[in-house]
Amino acid sequence: MTSIGLQHYLVVSSILFSLGLFGIVTRKNAVMVLMGIELILNSANINFVAFARYGNFGFDGQLIALFVVILAAAEAAIALAIVLNIYKNFASVNVDEIDKLKE
Amino acid sequence: MLTFLGVAGIYVLLGADFIAIVQVIVYVGGILILILFGVMLTNKIQNVPIKTEASFIIPASITIGAFGGILVSTFINTRWKSLPAELANSTLVDVGHLLMNEYILIFELLGILLLVALVGAASIARKQ
Repeated sequence: MTSIGLQHYLVVSSILFSLGLFGIVTRKNAVMVLMGIELILNSANINFVAFARYGNFGFDGQLIALFVVILAAAEAAIALAIVLNIYKNFASVNVDEIDKLKE
Repeated sequence: MLTFLGVAGIYVLLGADFIAIVQVIVYVGGILILILFGVMLTNKIQNVPIKTEASFIIPASITIGAFGGILVSTFINTRWKSLPAELANSTLVDVGHLLMNEYILIFELLGILLLVALVGAASIARKQ
């Protein structure tokens, strides 16, 4: 068994990316779509930290991963506030049924 | 939750201990609870279980499986210029130094962004 190299982490992150993409495309609940977005952000973060460890770039990748985590938290908060507003107006969070703009 | 904890474990394996702890605190302790509140507040009382139509999953899984396969094969077949992994020490001091010296602008801007996100989220989801 070879030692764990850079490619193993990249394969893990691409598997997570496709699983998150599957969650976004397939799910009908808006909150589940948000969970898929968080999965995709996590997979990109793994990529950053793996290159920070195995490349020759110093510690910048870990800092960028920290910033991505902070941005994901802010975006999840605002997205859930918007979903709550949608639920208040439309009485459902099914993404197929929300199809009217403001009258 | 297991996914987020597993990703934190991968960060520890990669020698990024500070990022791992931040991931556990922010994602598991913050965002998961936020999503839990979202699911709790947007459910009807007699909830019809979401029936997934089978005709929608199959083309999606084929397409995304093909896309994931292309991505994985690109990652495997590229000759990366990578150093062999050495033993990692604690990164907290270095991360703090970098944060204060070279990334200080991004640091301040992220503080402002978090403030704006907080005020915005509180004002969007308010009862009128």
